Amino acid sequence: MEDSLGRRILTFVLGWGVALLLFFPIFWMALTSFKTEAEAVTAQLMFTPTLDSYREVLSRADYLGFALNSVVVSVGGTVLALLLAIPAAYSMAFHPTARTRSTLLWMLSTKMLPSVGVLVPIYLLFRSAGLLDTRSGLVIIYALMNLPIVVWMLFTFYKEVPREILEAGRMDGARTGGEVWFLLLPLTLPGVASTGLLSLILCWNEAFWSLNLTSSSAAPLTAFIASFSSPEGLFFAKLSAASTMAVAPILVFGWFSQRQLVRGLTFGAVK
Amino acid sequence: MATLTLRGLRKSFGTTEVIKGIDLDIAEREFVVFVGPSGCGKSTLLRMIAGLEPITAGELRIDDKRVNEVGPADRGLAMVFQSYALYPHMTVRQNMGFALRLARVPKAERDRKVNEASRILQLDPYLERRPKDLSGGQRQRVAIGRAIVRDPKVFLFDEPLSNLDAALRGQMRIELSRLHEELNATMIYVTHDQIEAMTMAEKIVVLRAGEIEQVGSPLELYHHPINLFVAGFIGSPRMNMLAVKVVATNPSGTEVELASGARLIVPSSGGARVGDAVTLGIRPEALRPDPNGVLQGEVRLVEQLGGLTLLHVAAEGIDDMTVQIEGSNGTRMHQSVRLSVDTSACHLFDSSGLALAHLTRHPLLAA
Ligand SMILES: Nc1ncnc2c1ncn2[C@@H]1O[C@H](COP(=O)(O)OP(=O)(O)OP(=O)(O)O)[C@@H](O)[C@H]1O
Ligand SMILES: [Mg+2]
Repeated sequence: MEDSLGRRILTFVLGWGVALLLFFPIFWMALTSFKTEAEAVTAQLMFTPTLDSYREVLSRADYLGFALNSVVVSVGGTVLALLLAIPAAYSMAFHPTARTRSTLLWMLSTKMLPSVGVLVPIYLLFRSAGLLDTRSGLVIIYALMNLPIVVWMLFTFYKEVPREILEAGRMDGARTGGEVWFLLLPLTLPGVASTGLLSLILCWNEAFWSLNLTSSSAAPLTAFIASFSSPEGLFFAKLSAASTMAVAPILVFGWFSQRQLVRGLTFGAVK
Repeated sequence: MATLTLRGLRKSFGTTEVIKGIDLDIAEREFVVFVGPSGCGKSTLLRMIAGLEPITAGELRIDDKRVNEVGPADRGLAMVFQSYALYPHMTVRQNMGFALRLARVPKAERDRKVNEASRILQLDPYLERRPKDLSGGQRQRVAIGRAIVRDPKVFLFDEPLSNLDAALRGQMRIELSRLHEELNATMIYVTHDQIEAMTMAEKIVVLRAGEIEQVGSPLELYHHPINLFVAGFIGSPRMNMLAVKVVATNPSGTEVELASGARLIVPSSGGARVGDAVTLGIRPEALRPDPNGVLQGEVRLVEQLGGLTLLHVAAEGIDDMTVQIEGSNGTRMHQSVRLSVDTSACHLFDSSGLALAHLTRHPLLAA
C-alpha cells in the first residue's frame, strides 16, 4: 500500500511532534544538569557546561549503592512476577473456567486502587514481618504491583498460541511442565521478553513504595533522586544531575531493547 | 497394534450432550473411518479416544484396559490434526523427534527413527526446514511422520486432508492406505468426505448427532444401508429418493406405485403393508436411458465428465433425478427420455426411515 505524500508528511510531523513533546522534559533535565545552580532556574540555552553538579551529587551520596539496589529489586521483582504469572496465565489461557474472565478483570481492577489507600496496612505488615528497608521487601511489593499487568499480558500472548499445538505436544508425551517449557515459552518468547522488560522499567521507575518502605540500606535510585530535593535553597541542577544518573541506565537499556519491546507488544498483529 | 473398545461413551459440554452413547469395537490393524455431517461429534469422539477431552460417561478400553483416567501422554496413541499443529519453532527433524526426545530416547536411535520415517514419507530434502517453509502437503507429511516415529498403538487422524487441494488429496489417500499396509497399525480416521471414507476404510462408522447410525464395510453401507440417512449420506452422486405407495407384497419383493402410476417390483420385504407410503431409493447408476423404460422425464441438465455422464432429469414429481451413465452420452438438454430401473439396486424405506431388508445380499457381500 502506497501512502500519499500528504499523508506521509502528516505522519512525519505528528510522529516527531509527539516524540519531541515526550522527550523534551528529559532533554531539559539533562541540559539543566550541566548548568550551575544559578543558571538552572533560568531558561537560558546558552551557557558553559559544567560537571560541578555531578561532582557534588557523587560526593554527597553513594550512587553505586543506590543503583545496585535498583538493579536487584527491579530484576528480583520482575523474575518473581514472571514466576508467578507464567503458570497463572497458562492455566487461564488453556484451562479456563467460567470465572477466568472475571478473575482477570478483578486482578486488573486492583491497579485502579490508589496505592496510598493500602499504605498503612502494608507498612504495618512489613514492619511486623521485618521487611521494612529490605530488598526482599521491595522485591515482593514490586512483584505484586506488576503481577496483574504481567498476567494480563502473558494471557493475551498465550491466547495467540493455537491450542492444537499444545495438544499435539501432549499427544507426543509432554506433561504440563514440558508443554510450558518446550512449546509455550519458546513460542511466546518475544511476548514474555517484552512483558519482562516492561515490568523492569515499571519497577525501576517506581517511587511511591520505595520512598515509603525503605530508608537507607535498600533504597533504590528513586530515593537517591528524592534526597536531592530540599525545601530551601537552589537544588535544580543537582536534582537534574541525580535524575539523569538515575534514568540513564534504564534509558540505555530501553534503547537497546526497544526492538524487542515493540515486537512483543505487536506480537499478535504481525505473527 | 491394539484393540479399542468403546462402551456407552458419552460426552456433554455443560448441559448439551454431544456424544450420546457410543458402542464400538475396533480390531487390531483395522482402518476405521468416522463419517457424518458437520457437527455430528466426530472430532469430539476422536478427542475422547485421544484423551484430550474428558469422558463424561461410559468406558474406553485399549487392549482391554480401562483408560478413561489415563492422560493423553500415556495412552500410547498418536494424532494427526487437521491444522497439522506442527511446532513452528522446530525444524522438521525436531518436530518428528520431539516425542522421542521427551521419552529420553538416545540421540542416535532418535535420528535413526526420524530418518526411517522421513524415508517412508519422502521428507529427506526438508529435514532441516521449519514448518513455515513447507507446502501444505509437506506439512501434512511431517505431521504424519511425527506420528510414525512414535510407533503408536493407534493412529488418530482428524480430517488430515481437508486443507489440501483435490489432486494432493487423491495422492495422500493412496499414501495413507499404503502406510496402513506397511505399518500394520490400527488407524481411526475422521472425515466428512465420503470418498475418503469409501476408498480407505475397512470399516465405516456413520455418525449423526452423536449417535452411530450404522457400522460396516464400505460396500455393506453402500449396498445395504439400514436407513434413509445412511443411504443418503453414502454414495456420490446421492441416491434418488421418491415417495411411492406399496400396492402388493409377494415372495419376489414389494410392488410399489410411483407418482406417474408406473409400477416397480423391488426385491425387498419387511413390515410394509399394501397401501403404506414408503420411500424408494434408486442409485444414480441403477437408472439407464431406455426407449422401453418405465419412467419418463425431461432432461434438465447434462454433466459430461468424460468417462461418466450425469443426467439431471425431472421425472416422477422430483426435479433432479440423477442418472449416471458410463462413458460419454449424446443426450441433450430439454430432451425427453425414458429410463429403465435396475430394481436390484433399489431400496425401500418405511415411514420411519428404516430400510426394508433385501431378499438377497449383494454378491460381493454374500459370503
Ligand atoms: N468445547 C466445546 N464446548 C461446547 N460445545 C462443543 C465443544 N466442542 C464441540 N462442541 C459441540 O459439539 C458438537 C460436535 O462437535 P465436533 O467438533 O465433534 O463435530 P464434527 O463432527 O467434528 O464436525 P466437523 O465435521 O465440522 O469437524 C458441535 O455441535 C459443537 O458445537
Ligand atoms: Mg471435526
